[in-house]
Amino acid sequence: MNDAIRKVVMPKWGLSMTSGKVTEWIASEGDEIADGDDLAEIDTDKIAGALESADEGVLRRIIAQVGEDVPVGATLALIAPADVPDAELDEAALLAREELDSGAVAEVAGPVTGSVEVEGRTICFAALGEGEETVVLVHGYGGDKNSWLFVQEPLSQSHTVYALDLPGHGESTKDVGDGSLDVLAGAVLGLLAERGIERAHLVGHSLGGAVVVAAAAREPARVASLTLVAPAGFGSRINAGYLRGFAEARSRRELKPHLAALFADPGQVTRQLADDLMRYKRLDGVDKALGALLGTLLDGDEPALDVAPLLSEVDVPVAVVWGRRDAVLPATNGEGLDDVEYVEQAGHMVHLEQPNAVVAAVNAVTNRR
Amino acid sequence: MTDTLSTAVSHELDGNALLDAYRTMRTIRAFEERVHAEFATGEIPGFVHLYAGEEASATGVCVHLDDRDAIASTHRGHGHCIAKGVDVKAMMAEIYGRRTGSCHGKGGSMHIADLSKGMLGANGIVGGGPPLICGTALAAKQKGTGGVGVAFFGDGASNQGTTLEALNLASVWQLPAIFVAENNGYAEATSSTWSVAADNIADRAAGFGMPGVIVDGFDFFAVHEAAAEAIQRAREGGGPTLIEVKFTRYFGHFEGDQQTYRADEVANAREHLDCLKRFRTRVTETGQVEAAQLDAVDAQVTDLIDAAVEEAKAAPKPTAADLETDVYIEY
Amino acid sequence: MARTISYREALNEALAQEMERDESVIVLGEDNAGGAGSPGEDDAWGGVLGVTKGLYHRFPGRVLDTPISESAFVGAAIGAATSGLRPVAELMFIDFMGVCFDQIFNQAAKFRYMFGGKAKTPVVIRTMYGAGLRAAAQHSQALYPIFTHIPGLKVVVPSSPYEAKGLMIQSIRDDDPVIFCEHKAMYDVTGEVPEDSYTIPFGEAGVVRDGDDVTIVAIGRMVSVAEEAAKQLADSGVEAEIIDPRTTSPLDTETILESVENTGRLVVVDEATPRCNLATDISALVAKEAFGSLRAPIEMVTAPHTPVPFSDALEDLYIPDAQRVANAVKTVVEWKR
Repeated sequence: MNDAIRKVVMPKWGLSMTSGKVTEWIASEGDEIADGDDLAEIDTDKIAGALESADEGVLRRIIAQVGEDVPVGATLALIAPADVPDAELDEAALLAREELDSGAVAEVAGPVTGSVEVEGRTICFAALGEGEETVVLVHGYGGDKNSWLFVQEPLSQSHTVYALDLPGHGESTKDVGDGSLDVLAGAVLGLLAERGIERAHLVGHSLGGAVVVAAAAREPARVASLTLVAPAGFGSRINAGYLRGFAEARSRRELKPHLAALFADPGQVTRQLADDLMRYKRLDGVDKALGALLGTLLDGDEPALDVAPLLSEVDVPVAVVWGRRDAVLPATNGEGLDDVEYVEQAGHMVHLEQPNAVVAAVNAVTNRR
Repeated sequence: MTDTLSTAVSHELDGNALLDAYRTMRTIRAFEERVHAEFATGEIPGFVHLYAGEEASATGVCVHLDDRDAIASTHRGHGHCIAKGVDVKAMMAEIYGRRTGSCHGKGGSMHIADLSKGMLGANGIVGGGPPLICGTALAAKQKGTGGVGVAFFGDGASNQGTTLEALNLASVWQLPAIFVAENNGYAEATSSTWSVAADNIADRAAGFGMPGVIVDGFDFFAVHEAAAEAIQRAREGGGPTLIEVKFTRYFGHFEGDQQTYRADEVANAREHLDCLKRFRTRVTETGQVEAAQLDAVDAQVTDLIDAAVEEAKAAPKPTAADLETDVYIEY
Repeated sequence: MARTISYREALNEALAQEMERDESVIVLGEDNAGGAGSPGEDDAWGGVLGVTKGLYHRFPGRVLDTPISESAFVGAAIGAATSGLRPVAELMFIDFMGVCFDQIFNQAAKFRYMFGGKAKTPVVIRTMYGAGLRAAAQHSQALYPIFTHIPGLKVVVPSSPYEAKGLMIQSIRDDDPVIFCEHKAMYDVTGEVPEDSYTIPFGEAGVVRDGDDVTIVAIGRMVSVAEEAAKQLADSGVEAEIIDPRTTSPLDTETILESVENTGRLVVVDEATPRCNLATDISALVAKEAFGSLRAPIEMVTAPHTPVPFSDALEDLYIPDAQRVANAVKTVVEWKR
């Protein structure tokens, strides 16, 4: 096949995804496509999201129809410059269609999972990509490594990207000790040390934002840059009701209303999301961990963390991304910070709602020297 | 851990212990005679099965028990409850269906229980208790408390599969369990001489690989002695025992039973065999207890029962709000 | 870390983790170790279908073989539960409830109520149910409706390895008596299960699949049958929402009603025989509480009103299958007044 013809394949979003469906083609055949443009809406049994193009050119052929179940790695569409002859595209499209119909699709390599031991705790991670520089993604309160699914894959094209589970979260040890920022930052730095990563670009969301700042302050030499996505520890406002509601919810029914605070579009709060979060919350030890971390985040109804002084000690490039419609840590919390990029159509979960904004910010800051 | 726990069982009774035993028997008698009288007035609802005449059995066994030990009882359970320390006033209130009752009026005569006292309930099901006692005995054994379980059951239950299965399991697992077959001669209106195919219920013990003992149920001291031996053996890890206690009940199967199936054995028993009379004669003759001390107990018991009835009658009944509570701990 | 294990392994892991965590948890039943008093191996069987395998050596003195004497050992488990242990008794086949039912429904189920709220009986009775193994009339029934009928009992019917583990841990930690019904044809079914201990609360249905055209409520193994039907139906453009109650007592009526209020159509799939089963119970609930939302009569897919037959030719007809479920869905979707 002509190298100029690029395949758009079904992405692997998260470890358990094996197939997905195109629910809508956003781009049409003949459209000019730039890197990062939304091509299609994809729905998996877990999550729905927009598939962004990693290439540029013209969308020449659509292979997978709306509603068709497509295995991860199978070709959804073909992008090529306008000057590639139609005959070549027809041939490539035929092959792709045959491959899809036969089901003989080579499984794409998803993230590699592993774990390290840090101060008696098992810290789990998923790594993707083979870039020279390493990016480490640190989730927020109640999140886990899978919450970066739309960000990790695009970043992996130029970096080695780790997403980890903080103590008390995901598949890591649920014990968080006193729940302090120090314990959490220690886990991030421990991952770097155990994996032999001398220096990494740290990306933190929400509580994870405060964690990466603390990590940078503790071991500045290990940190190449910081990307803070709606970080905790800045400004004076915090949605204590959401945090407590999340910690205390005992059922899907109790949890779901609280989750609306996370997104600009409450329609993103699916039953599946609430189910997945309840699955996590029902693991032994999670209640206790979330309780301890609540103490780290809240002082009464006020924020308990202030990491601005720590950030001022750190001399590395810093990017800040904040959803304009954040209802957990309002965007006004970013007022004291330099060069905040506000994302209009995003709430607190910018990396899920507008992942390209986060990807762009990380790419920009990792290129700054 | 077991080593440090007491397995000692007293075969001897001092004056105070004798008075306590007498008080228990007298309380049971007075309680039952009063319930009999009050039932006749129509104020007590439902089925009531009275234990009068059988007091030496519950008392002679339970006097050896403490908080580690559990008992299971029968539909004729008031005596076992009193002997295991259940509050008499709460029992009376329960029989009257009052909110202040042992079970808040939800159980009634056949289901009086107090698990905090190791009283696992009177039981409306004939043969319901013996398997449960295998469980309490198993728990005591697993936890190494030195505790025992005692299943009281009647001659009727001695023919139930549950009882026979429990005897076998207790022996297979070598449980600290004592099975007390209270053979009062009748299962409802059917004679045990007819319904029990063996000569004695205790004879069945051999088939389950455990000792079987027959005692005179009108004789507190005979029951006391047999129970002491069985309980000590159980506490020391020697496994279960079957004790058959023979006597007759003074009242019908339930209140209202015309007892046309019976001969005149009750009058004879009351006159010549009665456990309270024999107890009084023996302890005063040996000089261990003064008659006046026993009279004083009688008077105190009368006052207690009077107060229990008075308070029960005055107590409130449960309300609609109580109907659907206490089904589950959480639902 | 989540890995793929079988329903059997999920149950075994739940038992092991709870025995590790709480030494008052004991396991008892016929051949739960196997080989008691015999000249050969201890732990010869680990339960008739191997669910308790390995626990005997791992937890010395806490896995008890019993004589074939269900009244005695089920009763003993109940008595022990009132005295500080958390026993998990195995009633090998649910059909054997006939020889020990008194201990379950007159004793365990009623203690708390008839003792005025003063009893606590944290016993779990594990039992196998269900047809499909050519085990005939006395080893194949789906009798969970009988237990569901009894106030004081909780009844659990897990449909996957994930549910089996989480619901078993919840059952052991729960302070009320629980009847835990395992489908004998599901022991080798595999699925993703976290290694960590976790619980699934009672009375919260799982929504296995989202859909707007019809609500399918399916019990236990029937959940996978409903999923198979839903796949077929999706090809013809009918999107079924599948609800798995997980526990029949307590029953998550809210999730069922909410779904029917959205879809307007209900099919209940229950492996139990049709009179007074979960299908009739749930249908009555919906007819009473969501009558105004219904756009078609309710369909029930159940076993026929017969004992479970032996011959494969008959047993395969007896068990509700995906085709029958799909047909029932078509009936409600195409129904016209």
